[in-house]
Amino acid sequence: MIEIKGITKFFGKKPVVEDVSVTIETGKITSFIGPNGAGKSTLLSMVSRLLDSDTGEVLLDKTDVKKLKSKDFAKRVAILRQSNFINVRLTIRELVSFGRYPYSHGRLTPEDNEKIDEALEYMNLVDIQHKFLDELSGGQKQRAFISMVIAQDTEYILLDEPLNNLDMKHSVQIMKILRKLVDDLGKTVVIVLHDINFASVYSDRIVALKNGRLVKDGPTSEIINTESLREVYDMNIPVQEQDGCKICVYFQSQ
Amino acid sequence: MQNSIKKTNTIKILCLVALAILSIAGFLFYNIQGNFSYAFPKRVYRVAAMIITAIAIAYATVMFQTVTRNRILTPSMIGVDSMYEVVQTVIYFFLGSASVFVVDRYLNFGTSIVAMVLFALLLYRFLFRADKYPIFLLLLAGMIIGTLLGSLVSFLQVMIDPVEYLSLQNKLFASFTNVKSELVGISAVILIACFIYGAFLMRDLDVMNLGRDNAINLGVNYDKLVLRVLILASILIATSTALVGPITFLGLIVSNLAYQFLVTYRHSILILGASLISIIALVGGQFLVLHVFNLNTTISVIINFVGGIYFIYLLLKQSKGVAG
Ligand SMILES: Nc1ncnc2c1ncn2[C@@H]1O[C@H](COP(=O)(O)OP(=O)(O)OP(=O)(O)O)[C@@H](O)[C@H]1O
Ligand SMILES: [Mg+2]
Repeated sequence: MIEIKGITKFFGKKPVVEDVSVTIETGKITSFIGPNGAGKSTLLSMVSRLLDSDTGEVLLDKTDVKKLKSKDFAKRVAILRQSNFINVRLTIRELVSFGRYPYSHGRLTPEDNEKIDEALEYMNLVDIQHKFLDELSGGQKQRAFISMVIAQDTEYILLDEPLNNLDMKHSVQIMKILRKLVDDLGKTVVIVLHDINFASVYSDRIVALKNGRLVKDGPTSEIINTESLREVYDMNIPVQEQDGCKICVYFQSQ
Repeated sequence: MQNSIKKTNTIKILCLVALAILSIAGFLFYNIQGNFSYAFPKRVYRVAAMIITAIAIAYATVMFQTVTRNRILTPSMIGVDSMYEVVQTVIYFFLGSASVFVVDRYLNFGTSIVAMVLFALLLYRFLFRADKYPIFLLLLAGMIIGTLLGSLVSFLQVMIDPVEYLSLQNKLFASFTNVKSELVGISAVILIACFIYGAFLMRDLDVMNLGRDNAINLGVNYDKLVLRVLILASILIATSTALVGPITFLGLIVSNLAYQFLVTYRHSILILGASLISIIALVGGQFLVLHVFNLNTTISVIINFVGGIYFIYLLLKQSKGVAG
């Protein structure tokens, strides 16, 4: 369980995350939604120790994450940022191999190679695993990074807009894989999404942020409705049922 | 495919080793005249100093460029080695040549290193932490700081007692023709110590290629690693500056040649390659200058000239967005 307690972050004089408290339940997919600049990435960065909070704390199974050793934390929580820039030439396989770094520090064991193969397979990258990253399309690159995080094999997986650059087919594929990781392997996934329909269809819980504040936090069924979404996005979004899924038809909303 | 790259890298490294050995042998034995037992040890000392310098600069530059995530700035170019002059001048100015900080060679060296590390850290906090400044701004800041330090040095030197000044000048004007042979032994020890310590950082440095956030995600203690690398790089630059004086552009040339020549992200290989290229450039270069072109100049002048041009080329390449 990850408990975020009264966390605040200022950039200059402006609070971009303000007194947010959320509990991430294990064995579930939790989606973070909210408009651009709401503070979703900042919040995720603080949870994963990429950024220090100004006040408040983050507890991982009751332990303050600041007290955990970097190496130990890396075996339990993985984060993928919204954008990734690498200034050396790497192949997909080399990148994914880095996911095993917390365990083997660059000296890959047979078990590591198995995990790498598995992660490549998950993301459908086996055929192109020896291609260099700078030879890939945006979506292929994104899948390579997700594959690295999967190879890291952590209990918690935090993903900041992983569907960036992906086509519909691969978006669906990745959401299904995340679902599988949660349902079959008992992992916990936190994911920032802009397409609320993916949040609606695939996540167990939704956390909504707006202007740095928490505005909604609850099971998906309680958040995906016109009133709640109005609070988050200031839009009138009709919600329709389709094959047991709630679909938000936001294309023509005011 | 990966295997074939590994194989070509091995071949390339072996070629570099051969060239380096050739350069060293040429420098040691070519046209040795007069009393062998007098001339030879002198050459050995000079070549040892050059090798130590070559490796120290290559090693420091590659590590520094990885943690600062740039391939153009080097510790020398932002003035870390001018800090050596500043420290020496300040010591002479305030304490005099009879002070224990001058007489005790180790204390003197240690003081310089501490000051250089602090300076590097300060620069790092202001320049690199923000991560967003364009390289030109960093360069400009580096140049201004370098000029400032230079002016400070000359200002203090003008006011120093002339006798003291001579002694200071002797200390500062190390060069390839005036190698501080008495420092070769201790420099070698420092270099080896840095290598042993640095060996533990190589893998973490490899991960740093993925950027700060991914490195932290993979369990690298980022702040600690940056601190360690800055300290290590400062010690190495201090060593080479004390030994043969500043060579501003050597690091830039050899690191970038190594990045281009060896297709790898592995620092153990990159540093090995850069060190070999560095030895070839210094020792081989000096050999050519002395015996083939019969020029009465030192290799550092030529390296700074070639390096300056190469630097401009890299900058232009980067501004076109083609930089690798
Ligand atoms: N390093 C920074 N310095 C200053 N302000 C920042 C910094 N990072 C983020 N901000 C500001 O903090 C606010 C929240 O940013 P954040 O990236 O967390 O938003 P987000 O919810 O992830 O948005 P998006 O959906 O566009 O990714 C924004 O207003 C942004 O301008
Ligand atoms: Mg974001």
